[in-house]
Amino acid sequence: MPQVNGRFVPDMKSPRTPDNEEPAAERACDFRPVDKGFTEEMALAEAERCMDCKKPFCVEGCPVNINIPKFIEQIREKNYGGALDTIREESMLPAICGRVCPQENQCEGKCIRGKKSEPVAIGQLERFVGDQPELASKPAMKPKNGKKVAVVGSGPSGITCAGELARNGFDVTVFEAFFTGGGVLVYGIPEFRLPKAVVKREIDGLEEMGVKFEYNSVVGNIATAEELFDEGFDALYIATGAGLPKFLNVPGENLPNVFFANEYLTRVNLMKANKFPEYDTPTKHGKNVVVFGGGNVAMDAVRTAKRLGAERAIIAYRRTEDEMPARRAELHHAKAEGVEVMPLVSPLEFIAGEDGTVCAVKVQKMELGEPDESGRRRPVPIEGAIEEIPCDVAISAIGTNANPFASKIGGKMELNKWGYIIADEETGQTTDPRIWAGGDIVTGAATVILAMGAGKKAAASITKSLLGE
Amino acid sequence: MYKILEKTQFSEKVFKFRVEAPAMAKHAHAGQFLMVRANECGERVPFTLAGWNADEGWVEFIFMVIGKTTEMLSAYEAGDALRDVTGPLGVPTEMPDGPCAVIGGGVGLAIAFPVAKHLIETGHEVHAIMGARTKDLLLLEDQFRELLDDEHIHITTDDGSYGEQGVVTAPLERLLESKAVTQVFCVGPVPMMKFSTLTAEKYGTPITASLNPIMVDGTGMCGCCRVEVDGKTKFACVDGPDFDATKVDWDDLRARQAAYRTEEGQSLKAYEEGSCACHK
Ligand SMILES: Cc1cc2nc3c(=O)[nH]c(=O)nc-3n(C[C@H](O)[C@H](O)[C@H](O)COP(=O)(O)OP(=O)(O)OC[C@H]3O[C@@H](n4cnc5c(N)ncnc54)[C@H](O)[C@@H]3O)c2cc1C
Ligand SMILES: Cc1cc2nc3c(=O)[nH]c(=O)nc-3n(C[C@H](O)[C@H](O)[C@H](O)COP(=O)(O)OP(=O)(O)OC[C@H]3O[C@@H](n4cnc5c(N)ncnc54)[C@H](O)[C@@H]3O)c2cc1C
Ligand code: SF4
Ligand code: SF4
Ligand code: FES
Ligand SMILES: [Mg+2]
Repeated sequence: MPQVNGRFVPDMKSPRTPDNEEPAAERACDFRPVDKGFTEEMALAEAERCMDCKKPFCVEGCPVNINIPKFIEQIREKNYGGALDTIREESMLPAICGRVCPQENQCEGKCIRGKKSEPVAIGQLERFVGDQPELASKPAMKPKNGKKVAVVGSGPSGITCAGELARNGFDVTVFEAFFTGGGVLVYGIPEFRLPKAVVKREIDGLEEMGVKFEYNSVVGNIATAEELFDEGFDALYIATGAGLPKFLNVPGENLPNVFFANEYLTRVNLMKANKFPEYDTPTKHGKNVVVFGGGNVAMDAVRTAKRLGAERAIIAYRRTEDEMPARRAELHHAKAEGVEVMPLVSPLEFIAGEDGTVCAVKVQKMELGEPDESGRRRPVPIEGAIEEIPCDVAISAIGTNANPFASKIGGKMELNKWGYIIADEETGQTTDPRIWAGGDIVTGAATVILAMGAGKKAAASITKSLLGE
Repeated sequence: MYKILEKTQFSEKVFKFRVEAPAMAKHAHAGQFLMVRANECGERVPFTLAGWNADEGWVEFIFMVIGKTTEMLSAYEAGDALRDVTGPLGVPTEMPDGPCAVIGGGVGLAIAFPVAKHLIETGHEVHAIMGARTKDLLLLEDQFRELLDDEHIHITTDDGSYGEQGVVTAPLERLLESKAVTQVFCVGPVPMMKFSTLTAEKYGTPITASLNPIMVDGTGMCGCCRVEVDGKTKFACVDGPDFDATKVDWDDLRARQAAYRTEEGQSLKAYEEGSCACHK
C-alpha cells in the first residue's frame, strides 16, 4: 500500500477495475453467473483507488449509510473480516446488495472519483467481502428475552428483521407462502445475476441463529393477525412484498404465451422450467420475444428469454434508454448478450395467430415531447406510426400493485388507497401498535437495500417497544 | 413434508388423499383449494379441499388422473409424504339460502362434490347434476348417492352409456322450468359451464362458476390464472375461483387452459418411459 509520511496515498492513475465477466456469447446460453466478482488482486487494486474522503459523499448515497471508506480501508489492510463487520453494522445482506443495488444512483453515483474519472467499484468490493461470510465475527447473541415475534414474508425485508430480532434475544418465526425462503431474491432475480446459493446461505445463517421458518404458510388465510397474537406472538412484522402484476390494459393481453414477468421468471427461477421435462413445470421457449418495460424485471425477463433460446429478444420501452430504471450493468449485460433495445414504443394490441397464441404485437411509436412534472420529456405518440412486431412470446414487466393479502391479515392496521400498508417511516410501526411493516408492501416496488433497511429499523423499534429499551 | 395419512381409491382413476396439515385444517372452508407440489421436481397443482378435520389435523383432496402429475400422485401410498401443500387458498364458496343445482362435469365433479356436501350441511336443498363423456368417466357417484336420494341426482353421459344421454343442460332446464332450484353452481369443462350459464340466464337464475385456469403460485403473484370477468381481469386464485358465470369470458379461459397441451403430453410421455428424474 503506497504511503507518504505514514499516510495512505490513493492510486489516482489506474482506471476503474473492470468487472470480471463471463464472455457474453457463452454465458447467454446458460444460467451461469454473469459476473464472477473480483479476485483478491482486483479488489486490492480497486481499494487503492478510494481517496478515503474526509467527507465521503458515497456514504450519503447509500440508503443505509454504510461506512464505505472504512470498509475499503480494511480491504486495503486485507482485514476482510473487519470490512465485513463494518458493512454489517448497517447492512445484513452485503453479498446480495453488492450484486443488485443500483450503485450508479446510490453510493457510486455520489463517489467523488466519478467526477473526473470513474467511481470506485463500491458494489464489487462489498460483494467481494460479502462472499467470504466465514470471516465475519460471530454476532453477539443477547440472551433469550421470552418474547415472540412473527415475521410474515421471507424476502430481504423479512429476513433482515428476523435476524436482528433473533440477535436481540427474541423467539422469531418467519411465515412464508412459498416452499422456500428469499422472496423475490429466489423467484424473481435469476440465477445468472444472483445465485440461489447466496440467498440460501443467508437463510441457513438465520436458522443457525434459531429463527424458525414455517413454509407453505399464507398468513391471512392460515392465520390472521389476531390469531397469531392469541397464539402468543407479541408483535408482527409484515413484509409480504408487492406481488400482484400490473396490466398493460390492451386487447389480447390474455392470449396464451403473453406473460406477466412474475410468471415467466417464477417458472424458471423457482420451478426450474428450464430443466423441463426433468422438472415438471413447463414454460415457453419463444424464438421472438418482446418484453415491455425498462426496469430490472424487464431485463431479467429478456435475458432469461435469451437463455431459453430466443433468436430475437427485444426490450420495448416507452421512453428512451437513458431513462430506463434498470441498473446500468444489467442493460449493458443484456445488450452484450444480444438483446435489442427498442425505445419509444408502447403496446397497442397483442395479435393471435392461427393457433390462437400470440403471434405479433402492435406498437405505437412515440417521440419525446414537452417535459412532464418529473422534468423528463414525456413520450407522445407519433400519429399513424404503428408497427407490428412478430413475437411468439410477449412479456409485460411494467410494475406491480399491492399484495392482496395485506388486507386479509387483519389487525387494526390501515392501508392507503392503493392497498399498501401505512407505516411510520422511521420505525415501521403501523396504525396497529402491535404490528410493524416494511419493504415493498409499504413503499411499493422498490429495492433490496431499502427493504433490508426497513427490516432493520423495524427490528430496532420492535425491540424498543417490547423491551422498553 | 406433508404425510399422507390415508389413500382411498374410488375408481380406476379417482383417488382421495388425506394429508396431515393441522394449521390448514383449522382454517379450511368449502370452495377453497390447496396447491400441491409432490416432490422436489414437481409442479404446483391446485386441488379443491374435499374435507378437513381441525381436531385431527388433516385435510383431504380428491383427484382424477389426467396427466403426469396426477398419474405420479396416484402411485403415492399412505405413509408417503408430499413435499409441499399450501392452503387454504381462494375465496370460500358462498351461496344464499334456497335450493341449488350443483353441476359437475368430468373432473369438475371432484370440485363439485365438496361444494354440494357443504351446501347440504348448511341447510340447502341440493340437486346434483353429474355429467361425463361416458360411464367409466363418471366420478364419485357413490359418494353423491350417500348425500342425496335418487330424486336429487341427475346423471348424463354424452354417449348414453349411463343415465340419460346428452348433456347437463337438459336436467338443468327441467329443474329451472319447474322452479325446483333458485341458484346454480357449476364446474367442469368450459363448454359445459358455458351452456349451463346460457340455460340459467334464460330463466334469470343466478349461476356461479368455479373456474380452473392454470395456476403457478396460487397467491396472486404471477398472473397466470387471470380470467376475464365482466370485462375486467381477475385472478382466479385470489379473487375466485368462484365467479358470476354470466360475466365470464369463456373463450379466453378455454384458450389459456390449453396453453401447455404439447408440454403436458411430453411430460406424461417422459414419465411413462421412465426417463423422468424423480419418480414419486
Ligand atoms: C425480477 C425482479 C428483479 C429485481 N431486481 C432488483 C435489483 O436488481 N436490485 C434491487 O435493489 N431490487 C430489485 N428488485 C426489487 C426487489 O427485489 C424488491 O424491492 C425486494 O425484494 C422487496 O423485498 P420485500 O422483502 O419487501 O418483499 P419480497 O422480496 O417480495 O418478499 C415477500 C415475501 O413474502 C411472501 N408472502 C407474500 N404474502 C404472504 C403471506 N400472506 N404470508 C406469508 N408470506 C407471504 C412472498 O412469497 C415473498 O417470499 C427486483 C424485483 C424483481 C421482481
Ligand atoms: C382451483 C382449482 C381446483 C382444482 N381442483 C381439482 C380437484 O379437486 N381435483 C382434480 O382432480 N383436479 C382439480 N383441478 C385441476 C387439476 O389442478 C389438474 O387436473 C391438474 O393440475 C392436472 O395435472 P397433470 O399434470 O396430471 O395433468 P396435465 O396433463 O399437466 O394437465 C391436464 C390439464 O389440467 C390443467 N392443468 C395443468 N396444470 C395445471 C395447473 N398448474 N393448474 C391448474 N390446472 C392445470 C390444464 O388445463 C391441462 O390441460 C383444479 C384446478 C383448479 C384451478
Ligand atoms: S448497500 Fe448498496 S448503496 Fe450501500 S454501499 Fe452497498 S452497494 Fe452501495
Ligand atoms: S466518495 Fe469515493 S473516493 Fe471518496 S470515500 Fe467514498 S468511495 Fe472513496
Ligand atoms: S396462480 Fe399466480 S396469480 Fe393466480
Ligand atoms: Mg401437469
